Amino acid sequence: MSNIETLVKDLVEKHGKSRNSLMPVLQGIVKEERFLSEESMIMVAKELDLSAAEVYGTASFYTFLDTEPRGKNIVRICKTISCHMKGKDEIIEALESSMKIKVGETSHDKKFTLLTANCLGWCHKGPVMLVNDVVFPEITPQKAIEVIQDYAKNSK
Amino acid sequence: MENKILKKVDYIFQETSVSEVIDIIIKTLAKSPDDIILDVIDSGLKGRGGAGFPTGLKWKFTKNEDNPVKYVICNADEGEPGTFKDREILETVACKVLGGMTICGYSIGAKEGYIYLRGEYNYLLPQLNKVIDEFNKQLKSKGIDFVIFIKSGSGAYICGEESALFESMEGKRGEPRNKPPYPAVSGYNSKPTVINNVETLVYVTMICKMGVERFKALGTKDSRGSKVFSVSGDTPTPGIFELELGMPLADFVEDFGDGDTKAVQVGGASGHCVPRKQLKDTIIGFEGIPTGGSMMIFNSSRSMYNVLHDYLEFFNEESCGQCTPCRVGCQQLLKGIESVKKGERKPLYLDELKKLASTMKIAAKCGLGQSVANPFNSIVDNFREEIIY
Repeated sequence: MSNIETLVKDLVEKHGKSRNSLMPVLQGIVKEERFLSEESMIMVAKELDLSAAEVYGTASFYTFLDTEPRGKNIVRICKTISCHMKGKDEIIEALESSMKIKVGETSHDKKFTLLTANCLGWCHKGPVMLVNDVVFPEITPQKAIEVIQDYAKNSK
Repeated sequence: MENKILKKVDYIFQETSVSEVIDIIIKTLAKSPDDIILDVIDSGLKGRGGAGFPTGLKWKFTKNEDNPVKYVICNADEGEPGTFKDREILETVACKVLGGMTICGYSIGAKEGYIYLRGEYNYLLPQLNKVIDEFNKQLKSKGIDFVIFIKSGSGAYICGEESALFESMEGKRGEPRNKPPYPAVSGYNSKPTVINNVETLVYVTMICKMGVERFKALGTKDSRGSKVFSVSGDTPTPGIFELELGMPLADFVEDFGDGDTKAVQVGGASGHCVPRKQLKDTIIGFEGIPTGGSMMIFNSSRSMYNVLHDYLEFFNEESCGQCTPCRVGCQQLLKGIESVKKGERKPLYLDELKKLASTMKIAAKCGLGQSVANPFNSIVDNFREEIIY
């Protein structure tokens, strides 16, 4: 069995074989793989007895359920008004030049994907950055680069 | 009109342990479900997510449904730009939210409760799961037949809309349903469901703890009690504050503004923009401008064109695309103000765009499309020259 097959089977076993488990199963795959490959979605469809189109329909609706390959770490910068006013543009510029990628792209070593996000719920402490599931409020361009460097060191 | 002044209160964040909450529940459950619902109705508590539907009535309608399976859902899909109170509540006093859910479950006859937490708040999960586990254990040991689970979202603003939230919990695209039927009749898994905001559920616990009268003593006839506000933007004191409802917006700006306030966006991107000249006559509450708690303050250095542009970009991205008025409307409003700004269209085109926004208000399927007219018309009306030049 391939890795992804084991992962899908484990997740379905954990969350149950019903339509209501589709979201937790997809979320579980994204947590491990960072995105949903065609292979994984077809596998989920088979396991939950759904059509692959339905699985893709759900997956493609949600921002956090990516259907294209992503880096090992996903960096999201909040771009909504309060963070905009607090200087999210400077953060994005600093990260783009330090990671040598543009928003929406993945670095060559596949360690990082840089994205923007709508309101992350830290308007009083903007600008804010989310790396995977970890939040960094009141970030400065310098601090953002340092955080990314730490992640780069810690991920092989 | 009653003349209220700004008053800070402290009910929501009052520290309470799990066992204290369990004691409040046991004390409350000594009453009959009908009596509890009457208390909640009598308290005048209205939904704190922004829409402001009377909480007790919601419970009553759901209780009246004859179905062995019912659900209580806590809406923690806090996605409205400028709102961050629910995150703080879940981080610091989650057990009071669970208390409100349990009391609701007993009152309407539900055995299961779910918290739908937005994916952006996943870092709260380890701590929340711990509180929920302990809480469930204590409920079981006291013989209270109610269990709480948690479900995560995956980054979709629209899932804060109640029927889209049910769809998402059922593993589907987060597209709002047609109403009626309302959740009280057919909600999660097509069963009768009460869905309440995080903050509303905490107030339920507090009302049961301190009594209806103390809650009613605050606020006005139409807006009983207090409310948690998320303050951001051009203010020296951004943060989360619990204030009595019914205050004039001018009082709020006096306390929280930086002395140069040009406008306040009340209720987030989908709320209303109130310019300086209207601050005095605007009441924060259901008789004036209702809000889910978002208060964004803009000073005179800000371009209101940029503010509106940000909001429209937000709606454009977050519209689920299901109904045409919202999908095409959001897109055309955004393109429209861009072309007026560039001089490709005459300033009078803004009036046509306002008509489009007003059409969305009647024709869109859910609250997202219906409320785009709020920021659009209020900003275009009050800051027309900033949009054009």
